[in-house]
Amino acid sequence: MTGTAQAPEVRVDQASVAGRVAGARVLRQGFLWAAGVALLFLSVAVAVTIGPARISVPDVWSAVGSHLGLTDARLTPIRDGIIWNLRMPRTLLAAVCGAGLAVCGTVMQSLLRNPLADPFVLGVSSGASTGAVVVVVLGVGGGAVSVSAGAFAGALCSFALVLLLSHTLGGSTDRVVLSGVAAMQLFSALTSFVVMTAADAEQTRGVLFWLLGSLSGVGWGDVWMCSAVLAVTLSICLGHARTLDAFAFGQEAAASLGVHVARTRIVLLCTTALLTAALVSSAGAIGFVGLVLPHAARALAGSGHRRLLPLTALAGAVFLVWVDTLARTVLDPQEVPVGVVTSLIGVPAFVLVLHRTRRSA
Amino acid sequence: MKRWDRRGATGRLARHEHPSGPEQLDRRERPAPQPPVAAASDEGLRASRVGRQAGGRILLDGVSLAPPPGSTVGLLGPNGSGKTTLLRVMAGVLAPGHGVVTLDGRTLAETGRRGVARRVAVVDQHAVTQVELNVADVVRLGRIPHRRAWAAAGPEDEDAVREALVRTGLADRAGQSWHTLSGGERQRVQIARALAQQPRELLLDEPTNHLDIQHQLELLSLVAALPVTAVIALHDLNLAAMFCDRVTVMKDGRVVAGGTPSEVITEELIADVYRVRAVVTPEGPEGRPSVRFLPGEAAPGRF
Repeated sequence: MTGTAQAPEVRVDQASVAGRVAGARVLRQGFLWAAGVALLFLSVAVAVTIGPARISVPDVWSAVGSHLGLTDARLTPIRDGIIWNLRMPRTLLAAVCGAGLAVCGTVMQSLLRNPLADPFVLGVSSGASTGAVVVVVLGVGGGAVSVSAGAFAGALCSFALVLLLSHTLGGSTDRVVLSGVAAMQLFSALTSFVVMTAADAEQTRGVLFWLLGSLSGVGWGDVWMCSAVLAVTLSICLGHARTLDAFAFGQEAAASLGVHVARTRIVLLCTTALLTAALVSSAGAIGFVGLVLPHAARALAGSGHRRLLPLTALAGAVFLVWVDTLARTVLDPQEVPVGVVTSLIGVPAFVLVLHRTRRSA
Repeated sequence: MKRWDRRGATGRLARHEHPSGPEQLDRRERPAPQPPVAAASDEGLRASRVGRQAGGRILLDGVSLAPPPGSTVGLLGPNGSGKTTLLRVMAGVLAPGHGVVTLDGRTLAETGRRGVARRVAVVDQHAVTQVELNVADVVRLGRIPHRRAWAAAGPEDEDAVREALVRTGLADRAGQSWHTLSGGERQRVQIARALAQQPRELLLDEPTNHLDIQHQLELLSLVAALPVTAVIALHDLNLAAMFCDRVTVMKDGRVVAGGTPSEVITEELIADVYRVRAVVTPEGPEGRPSVRFLPGEAAPGRF
């Protein structure tokens, strides 16, 4: 009974402490958020200046300003073209790809309750590569179908196969992952088969480059398409943020918290698969971003998806902007596939993250 | 604490308006009761002749359960008797094949998933996660059915979380990582999460399974003291006798006995249901039954 008498005092104390903690947290999150946005803008501006042609940050501002109709053009058409038609779309697409892959990875990991899940776990990338190879090497579509369109179609085929497989196998989380692995193997084998039997050396090199992920030669069309899909997907995922939190203790626990588990799973799997398909068809299968960035962002922002998802997007965007800059300059004039660089940087980062979380296991 | 007491008071008020349980006796003496009898007996969560099959096996066979509001009901029975399935059906996680589960007279389907989750909270025997969460994060999950999509947690959410933490004695542990907690502490956090849902019904599936005896007693006295209707699946007959107002015994998907612990927990019933010989004496607290098991198998029983 003494406990009951003391309780109000304890509560007041706890309330003020909790209030202060919550306030500090909001401030910290706000700071992280503002710093992230500033860093992204700065990263894009600086990354555009890096390359064989010497360009300064003010040049970038004036080029962007003139194209947006804010200032008069003061750059030569060549320099303007380098900024606006070559480096700008490439850098922006790197940001969009990084953000999209990181968000898809976060959602997949939470939804499938598997820390090894990434955007490609449902076989989307393998399907895309098969689609691309079929167009490039076998010439399906007779030139009317672009590589991107072929990749997109392949990605959707693969995802449909995974959904069908996992549904017939019972639809539980591990069945989804296993179906994804099966589809990945199948489409990788198909890709290898087509390349080995039909492609010449030049085609093989091109296909390989695309398979490893590359942002070279992208245009504004890719940027707009991917940004639009990213915006839609990000808002759908943010709308499901609290639902994703509910999956922490499994589907059963989520269901008892009022979550429509089956509907949530199908909606989120479809939207993230569509975004992944769009990204892969524009830039190839850039590995590791979707696997590692979510873990790093969780270490920064905690596991609540309302804060985690935007921060993951920012982190992914900044990360891929710099990795792509590195990929196109480190062996200049030759270009390294960006997927190779993400993995070279990603593996040590992943080991670090795993090391950091080791104590809690 | 104060808020909880007030909640209890308003709960009693509501029960006066829709009399049931103990008040039903008074009501019968009054000449013309205003609320119809059906409405009165509809109050709370109840299962009516619920059935469920899976893979040709009958898991539940016409089970009815109507826990009196505010009481603690023990659900007893051997492994595979249907206790877990019944709790899942009553939580709305599993749809019943036959029969119906109602919440204040409306079926769970009519109430909707979120509506059910605001009223009925579930605690499982063992909660596992790989996500890095602290105690407050886990308790905050209980606010999910009360929050809208897109919206951030409001002050009423933080109030409910804080109250649940205080109620379960976890207020000073809010920042501790889930993965550093012991089994007993984890179950207490899950109960705090359930309380943050502000339920009137709490369903617990063998919540003490992985706990030592001290934590078993601690957890069950915490649950029994809560101002909610609690249905607890239990294996330990002595714990059920100590903490439950009523017990329901299941076997092979059917209810075979129900009533107060003294009425139900008898040597005959234990022999019939569990095939075990036992001595039952009224030596528990407040003269409740106390069970001591004997070696050797009991003779085949009635069920």
